[in-house]
Amino acid sequence: MLDLSLDTRRGGFQLQLECRFTSDWTVIFGPSGAGKSTLLRLLAGLDRPDRGRISLDGQTLTDVSRSFHLKPGRRQTALVAQQPALFPHLSVSANVAYGIHALVRRERDSRIAEMLELVDGRDLVNRRPRSLSGGEAQRVALARALAPLPRLLLLDEPFSALDGAASDALLLRLQSWLRAHRVQTVMVTHDATDAYATGAEVALLREGRLADLGPAAKALAAERDRIVARLSGS
Amino acid sequence: MDWQAFTLTLRLAAVTTAILLAVSIPLAALLILGRSRWLAVLEAVATLPLVLPPTVLGFFLLVLLGPRTAFGRGITALIGHPLAFSFDGLVAGSVIYSLPFAVQPLVAGFAAVDSSLLDAARLLGAGPARLVFTVLIPLARRSLLAAAVLSFLHTVGEFGVVLMLGGDIPGATRTLSILLFNQVENFDYAAANRTAAILLTLSVFALAAIYMGNRPRGGRRA
Repeated sequence: MLDLSLDTRRGGFQLQLECRFTSDWTVIFGPSGAGKSTLLRLLAGLDRPDRGRISLDGQTLTDVSRSFHLKPGRRQTALVAQQPALFPHLSVSANVAYGIHALVRRERDSRIAEMLELVDGRDLVNRRPRSLSGGEAQRVALARALAPLPRLLLLDEPFSALDGAASDALLLRLQSWLRAHRVQTVMVTHDATDAYATGAEVALLREGRLADLGPAAKALAAERDRIVARLSGS
Repeated sequence: MDWQAFTLTLRLAAVTTAILLAVSIPLAALLILGRSRWLAVLEAVATLPLVLPPTVLGFFLLVLLGPRTAFGRGITALIGHPLAFSFDGLVAGSVIYSLPFAVQPLVAGFAAVDSSLLDAARLLGAGPARLVFTVLIPLARRSLLAAAVLSFLHTVGEFGVVLMLGGDIPGATRTLSILLFNQVENFDYAAANRTAAILLTLSVFALAAIYMGNRPRGGRRA
């Protein structure tokens, strides 16, 4: 369970949220500039809010009033962005191993194999990032993010480079793995189909404010009605 | 050929370069990764030797390291001899004088590393040291080479700081630059030509090493 009470300003943009994500898969849905990626960076601990508090399952991750900010690497939080950001000088297996270097070798190798199996990337193990296609790179980025077994997974349109069939198959395997490992997921998308398909809970974000939060069908129906109303001029 | 001056110069440049890299890598990383606005002051101080006349810097160091200051007396008590007019003093002066030539390429190289890679490493638990050694240095290795070569060459060619701080003691502080000055002062142009040719050759080879390291394999337009 993720509790947020945030207020932060970036240039002329302000993100203000007061909410609780209770589902194990929450989709943040909204147009470009709504504050989706800003929110993910705050949750990941890469940026700090001006005011507010973030907690995960009762553990405080950020509390500005107490000047408390848990470093990104100590939050057990993974972020997979649209750009895979693989380390170009390391092989695929070394990329996946980056966050689990403290494990003993046998355990590390086994985790790498498990993660690459999950994303259907067994044959990529010795490849370099520059030789990967966009979809392959995104799958490796996902394997790397999951290898340390995070508690919270943040996805920022991570399947944009995958074709429909590959994306659906990966999503099914991923959701099953995440459920088994009790990982709460927050996924950002501006694609209503993705939101419908994956989200048990949808948070509708508009201009830095939470417009709606609830079951996918309800939240997205409200958004559909709003767009129809705007297009028809009523 | 004065081999003593030649080897002394190479030894001074090698020791200075090693110390400069050890100091400049964490300093450049701090300037890139740090958030404090006071780091701008630190960067200005680290860049100061670039614009300060070498004789002025040499004079300040001579006074600072001399017996008139508590710092100079403390150093003398610590190492058993004054730093001024010694090889160790030359190393100290050279490190300060060449600091910007090591820091600036590293800052530029580190700044060019994609910030999303640093974010990824942080999220995967990397602390500052691991960020530097596993992401910044491997991805900015050309800048590291440039920093090493420029530091080495700048130390080989320095004159003002060496003369002010070290004087002209054969085997201790007489470098090739000081030797060249002496040879010209004594109208020994044949020897001066040889010394200058050595300095020129060193510079050309070292700069060629940088450009070869930075040149894309298929050429610049590949």
